[in-house]
Amino acid sequence: MDKSQSLLGDAVFETHLKSLRDMPDWLIELKKEAWVRYKALPFPVRKNEMWRFAHVDGLALDDFVHDDTQGKRECELLICDCGADLNFSDDAHVGGKTLSEELAKAGVLFMPLELAIREHPELVRKHLFERMPDMGSEKYQALHVALFSTGVFLYVPRGVQVELPLQSVHSATREGGSVFPHTLVVAEEGASVTLFDIFRSSKENIRHFACAAADIYATAGANVRYRLVQAWSGNALAFHLNSATAGAQSVVDAITINIGGAHIRGEQHGRIIGKGGEVIMNSLSLARGKQEIDQRTLQTHDAEDGHSDLLYKNVLLDQAHTIFSGLIRVAEGAQRTDAYQTNRNLLLSPDAESDSLPGLEILANDVKCSHGSSTGQLDDEQLFYMLARGIPRRQAQELLVFGFFEEIIAKIGNPHMADYVRQLLQDSFSLQ
Amino acid sequence: MSQNETQEEKVPNIDVERDVGNFSYQTTYDYDAGKGLTEATIDYICDVKGEPDWMREFRKKALKVFNDKPIPLGWASEDLKTIDLDRISYYMAKGRPTRSWDEVPEEIKQTFERLGVPEKERAFLAGVEAQFDSESSYSSMKEELFKQGVIFVSSSEGLMKYPEIFRPWFGKVIPIGDNKYSALNSAVFSGGSFIYIPKGVKLKQPLQAYFRINAEEMGQFERTLIIADEGSEMMYMEGCTAPQYETSSLHSAVVELVALKGAKIQYVTVQNWSSNVFNLVTKRGLALEDAEIRWIDCNIGSRLTMKYPAVVLRGERARGEVLSIALAHDGQHQDTGSKMIHAADHTSSNIISKSISIGKGRASYRGMVQMPRHLKHCKNNTECDALLINTNSRTDTYPAITVRGEGNSVQHEASVSKVSEEQIFYMQQRGIPEAEAMSLAVNGFVNDLVREFPMEYSVELRRLIDLEMEGSVG
Repeated sequence: MDKSQSLLGDAVFETHLKSLRDMPDWLIELKKEAWVRYKALPFPVRKNEMWRFAHVDGLALDDFVHDDTQGKRECELLICDCGADLNFSDDAHVGGKTLSEELAKAGVLFMPLELAIREHPELVRKHLFERMPDMGSEKYQALHVALFSTGVFLYVPRGVQVELPLQSVHSATREGGSVFPHTLVVAEEGASVTLFDIFRSSKENIRHFACAAADIYATAGANVRYRLVQAWSGNALAFHLNSATAGAQSVVDAITINIGGAHIRGEQHGRIIGKGGEVIMNSLSLARGKQEIDQRTLQTHDAEDGHSDLLYKNVLLDQAHTIFSGLIRVAEGAQRTDAYQTNRNLLLSPDAESDSLPGLEILANDVKCSHGSSTGQLDDEQLFYMLARGIPRRQAQELLVFGFFEEIIAKIGNPHMADYVRQLLQDSFSLQ
Repeated sequence: MSQNETQEEKVPNIDVERDVGNFSYQTTYDYDAGKGLTEATIDYICDVKGEPDWMREFRKKALKVFNDKPIPLGWASEDLKTIDLDRISYYMAKGRPTRSWDEVPEEIKQTFERLGVPEKERAFLAGVEAQFDSESSYSSMKEELFKQGVIFVSSSEGLMKYPEIFRPWFGKVIPIGDNKYSALNSAVFSGGSFIYIPKGVKLKQPLQAYFRINAEEMGQFERTLIIADEGSEMMYMEGCTAPQYETSSLHSAVVELVALKGAKIQYVTVQNWSSNVFNLVTKRGLALEDAEIRWIDCNIGSRLTMKYPAVVLRGERARGEVLSIALAHDGQHQDTGSKMIHAADHTSSNIISKSISIGKGRASYRGMVQMPRHLKHCKNNTECDALLINTNSRTDTYPAITVRGEGNSVQHEASVSKVSEEQIFYMQQRGIPEAEAMSLAVNGFVNDLVREFPMEYSVELRRLIDLEMEGSVG
């Protein structure tokens, strides 16, 4: 670990700029501005409403460095028969299967982000960092912009339906290192596509930092399914700062699976900007040990007839801590909005803590909005039923937890992906 | 003043309605601490009241805390910044507290009569504690209550005459530093009630107090402490109206309830300050074993109300409940809610909040439910429903729920809706005009909560809702 490349010093940014190859001036400028912003912004404090209940002590980044040298291919994970896949290791593209000729001909682009910036700047530039998050992690977002070097660029032209799911895997392998994967999905009018975005560490116990961002854009009538699996090492500090933007009559359907990490901060902004747009946000998190999973969501309705639906489910073991803080914001004039938000927490240990802050801000009157939050234990009767039939307590608990999660898993919409998630959950349970 | 007098002529009927508060009489104040807040103000208040040294120290400590605490702008309304604390009079008293009706000054009697206070309520109520400006200007109590050992006096009288009961609990449920405005109240409070219900005494009729602001730029800082001893039961009712003024008035009360083992307290409030009043109130109850505390809270008036009645469930099997109705009209922000702090096993709490936003009115629900690690089998249920009348009406919900421990469960639900067109259409079909249909629908929305209020309050409430709904349709 090269201490001179600490995330707190300017040297790391200078090294990063030198490592970039053939990047356009506008991007370099963007990065320079971001670095200045990152240096100027304060670290989060708990008094800030956007960090309420969170543990902010471990967020100072003082023991992480960044290394821009080429990573090595680490894993050969292929969840299902994919249309194409991209494999990244320590923020470097290390391989994967390219798109079929047919899709390539139709104009679909699925390539490393830095390549897209060079080859299709007009398509990338329109949306890259167009949305600046304001949900608390501005400092980390600025660091992400300054230090990102690659990621996924997925572009589906007008009317093109991509049948097979696409897959990308981002691996972190360096102890004390940091990664900044970026995902940008743009689906033009009437297009349809599914992306599996998988984040993992090469070894179970390495401690590293990750600050990922994924921005999904669905233009009028488009349909995007985005499945994120967060399976970082149990010692990782990770940020996932995501957004889903729905144009008129389009649908963005996003699912987040949280399994790994020591401290996870997730921000998910669902934006409805076109009439009749729809955003679906689902999440399941299995929090164990001393893990903290801090998820903040925002559903903004800035157009009429929009629909948004959110379901976040958490299971807490040991001394785990989860925070769900959600807000539905219906702008003045966004009439006939339907917006829902549900948070369910299952506490399996008396030492676990769940915080739930489901919020609404409604400035239009012709709306249907509701939120619900419940926190409780496994149903004693259901548990008793299984115990009475000779199923050991641990196994019975596990079955009930799986039942609880199944509601989200069933929404994944791909049996191989669903099995993969089930397997990850199973493995995580058996670690106990 | 002349404008108020014309209004007075236009309203010949004397009813307890919102408009009736829109007048004032020229009153001369016998004691006036002047404007602004310094240690000298506190010395002045203590000297006039003849308070003991411990109270003087308490007040001065509170002043320091108040000055040190910032305005809570991270989450609260920016409107708080517009309160000019230097232009407020912190203490004014007209005469000394009185007990018989004859001793009450004439102009004050007139004010009460316009409000329809004593005549109307006397028969029903066990005792009347009416506050006019800073000091209790009228108080009476029925003979039988007195014989049972019930104490119902102003807080100043309580601290002078009954220090052995007053002092152990005073400032214990709501410490000085709880928030900036509770510190302000602790520094300059005057008026409010002190009530003690002895062991096993169950009051059949509610105790009641009316508060009223009657001086321009005058802050009102009443302080109420209610102690219900083991196994006793009581209900307290508080209602407010205020005359309208051009500059904003500040009302910052502190209400502390203590329900000892098995006691039950119900605290009913109808808040209808005029729409220039800042109403920043701290209310909290402490419920010991098997005790029950219910806050029934209705907010109709004021410019900005910030009030989150709380119950600390300190004893096993204690119960806490908040039933809340808020009505926010143009220019109003009703920022209300509740806190339930579970601090013993098998405690349960329930919050039901309904709000109606009319025109550009804004109603917010802010809640907090806490169940710490060492607790078992606690329950909370929260329901928040909001009704939006006009296209630019606004509502917010900001709950915060923390759960740890074993076998604890929490449920929170909130919904936002408008009055359904079908409902209105149905009523219009049957010859009910649209505005009236709207009023009926709104009354229907809050009906199950209004029923929880004592009879004459619920009648008054329905009337106030009708009045507020006038002109909101079309």
